[in-house]
Formats: sequence, structure tokens, C-alpha cells
Amino acid sequence: MSETRNIRVTVNGVVRDEQVEVRLTLADFLRQKLGLTGTHLGCEHGVCGACTVLYDGRSARACLMLAVQAHGHEVTTIESLAESAERLHPLQEAFSDNHGLQCGFCTPGILMTLIELLRDTPDPREEEVRVALSGNLCRCTGYQGIVASALDAAKRMRAGTPR
Amino acid sequence: MKPPPFSYHDPETVPEVIDLLGRCENARVLAGGQSLMPMLNMRFVLPDHVIDLNRVDALSYIRESPDALEIGAMTRQREIEFDATIRAACPLLPEAILEVGHRQTRNRGTLGGSLCHLDPAAELVAAAAALDAVVTVTGRAGVREIAFAQFPAGYMTPAIEPDEILTSVRFPRWPKGHGYAFVEFARRHGDFALCSAAVLLEKTAGRITRASVTVAGLGAAPARVSNAEQVLVGNAASGGLFREAAEHCRRLEAIDDVHAPASYRQQLGAVLTRRALEKANARCAS
Repeated sequence: MSETRNIRVTVNGVVRDEQVEVRLTLADFLRQKLGLTGTHLGCEHGVCGACTVLYDGRSARACLMLAVQAHGHEVTTIESLAESAERLHPLQEAFSDNHGLQCGFCTPGILMTLIELLRDTPDPREEEVRVALSGNLCRCTGYQGIVASALDAAKRMRAGTPR
Repeated sequence: MKPPPFSYHDPETVPEVIDLLGRCENARVLAGGQSLMPMLNMRFVLPDHVIDLNRVDALSYIRESPDALEIGAMTRQREIEFDATIRAACPLLPEAILEVGHRQTRNRGTLGGSLCHLDPAAELVAAAAALDAVVTVTGRAGVREIAFAQFPAGYMTPAIEPDEILTSVRFPRWPKGHGYAFVEFARRHGDFALCSAAVLLEKTAGRITRASVTVAGLGAAPARVSNAEQVLVGNAASGGLFREAAEHCRRLEAIDDVHAPASYRQQLGAVLTRRALEKANARCAS
């Protein structure tokens, strides 16, 4: 086994102490060490956006970070969105209602990208949504449903749809 | 698609970084990780040591002086996008940064990392060339400055010694009211550009008194097109003048690859320069 370190990372509000190989990516740490398999890995070189998480509140590609770098920092993943299996986040509800996904592989990364966008820009123009999504590849939908979902979600979240 | 084994170092000060670089054989410096991490994942690079700069807080800052804007090497590209000081002092940088990757990569990617990676089509590299940036590097022998024109030593190779790191970049100020434009052509938003053009203009009473014209994506490093600059300076701004200046960008040597033939890149060089000149001119105060 190669070099290891002990790290302390806050993931979805829970402090996690783990021993990791220093070469382990943040994405593999979340999936393999913590069992948070909602963060998906598509390309593993920073192109597809499927592994997008929030790192200290800002979107980042988890395949382009090492787990050791997250020591002392906060990571938020797709698992944090829904309150329960019955009660989805308004962003997730909007995706369900607007056919914003087909196979769903890219969806976690897209939702984390949009969580940041809609937090910083609660009333985005369609063009802003498209630019924000340019870093997330979807091979099913052709993006129309995703953009519609994002705009609908913005409306729901502005209206303060209870979570 | 997993990084190879390496020893990991996360120093907190520049002297510690320099010391590590002196002691560690086959080391790589990790900045924002948006280029090095893919290269590690794909095992294009196999370092024995990775020296992470992300805990060196002293390398992340934005400072203003009367004649320049100084930005620390580890300043995130996100800051260049949103910082009010940069927007006021050097509006070319935020215009260029919007073409750099995506929000998710700009949140992590750094100014210094992009300049040292030195991709021929990188927007920040083109902007640094256009702005006559001065790069500060620090090593065991001390601190030295490199004019950006001398910074690219070859294809993706900065003129930095193995025991040195880039610590800051100084962008000399252009006067208030100067014209600026960064335009590029890429197949998809956020991709590396096939070609980009960066232009800065200064005018007095309708006449161009100073011009900077840079074309990137054609050769191994961005080209300052002095022939185009000479055509512009001393003349009244006009569509015909811009067309004449832009034609010089068609004559630049260009690479020929799977993405585009050289002649297409040269055509883009001329067209994008003309568009950038018109946009910059429209933004000039006088």
C-alpha cells in the first residue's frame, strides 16, 4: 500500500475521520470509503461533470481533487438534497416533473451544479442556465428537459416551496 | 484512471515549498489541479512527489498599486471572474476568464497553474501576453522577474527552473477608458479555443495612440502581432484600418491538426482579430 494519511472531512454535515491513500481522489473517497455512491464517475479527467460536488460551498469536480486536500474542509454531495425518500428537494421534483433525466447517470452532477447556480442566481435567464450546464455532459436528453427543469426549479425555490 | 502512487507534501509557506523542491527528485507542483489531476489520473505524468500549494495562503491575493495589478499565483480563476478590483483595473481578464473551462473548474483552477501549464490555446496565457504581464518566480537562488514575452520557453514549457515556482503575476495598468476585447472560437463553450484574439486600445481624439494585438491557438505560444500594432498606432480608428491590421494575423504560422487545418486557424486569426478590434474600439472612451 502506498503512502496514507488520516484526514478529517465534514461530509453533508457529518464529521468523518478516515485513513486514506494520498493518491485517492475525492470522488473515490466519497464512493468507496464512505459508500456515497450518488457521486458518479464518468470520465475521471474533468470533462463530464458527473462527479460535481460542493467543496466549501462551491462546485468542484471530485475526480480532480485528492481526498487528502479535503482535510479540514466541507464537502456536500447529492445525498444531502432530499429530506427523505418521500420528500425530494424542489430541484429534484422539478427534474422529475419536467423529464429532466432519462438514464440519470449525469443527474447528480447536474443537480449539484444547479444548487450553486440557483443559490447565487435565484432567477437565472435560460442562457445563464445553459452556460452553467456547459460543464455537465448528458448523452440522453438533448438538454431541453434539463434546462426546463432548472428554470422550473428556480421558480419553485423562489416561491419557497417547503422542503 | 487512478493516480499512480506518490509521496504527498502540503507545505504552508513558500520557503517550505522551495526547500521541498530542492530535496525531492521528480516532483510535481499541484496548484488548482484542473490540468495536473487529469494528467495524474491518466498517468501521463508519474511523479515521485506531489507538492500541493493549496495550503500556502500567502500565494492567494489581489493587490493594486498606481501602475499595476498584482495577483498571487494561487488566486482562483473564480476571483478573476468576480473581483471588483480586477474588473475595474484590468477588464480584459474577467472577459477572458469567462471562456476558461466552466464554473466548476474555475472554482478550483488558479492563475499561476494556468500560466505554468502553458497550453497554447489557454485564455489566461493569451491575456498575460496581451497585457505585457511580468511573472515573479521564487527559487533557491532567490526571487526573479520574467517578462511574459520571455516566459514560454517552448510548447507547454515555461522558463522556470526545476527548483522555482511562480509566485505572482503583475499586470501593468492601462489607463481608465482604454478599449479591450477578448474573443475566441471554440467548438463548444468552455473548450480550449481553436483560436482566440486579445486586443487593447488607447485613443486620443479618435486616433489610436497605443495598441496591443495577441493571437493564440495558432502556434506553440500566443503571438503578439507587432505588424498589426504598427498599422494601428497613429491612425484614426476605422473598419478599413482594422481589416488591414487583422490581415497580418492571417500570416502567422499555424499548427495543423485533427481539430482544424492551419489555413482555417489563420482565417480565424484574421476574423477574430478584426472583431476584437471593433469591440475594443467601441469600448474606448474617446
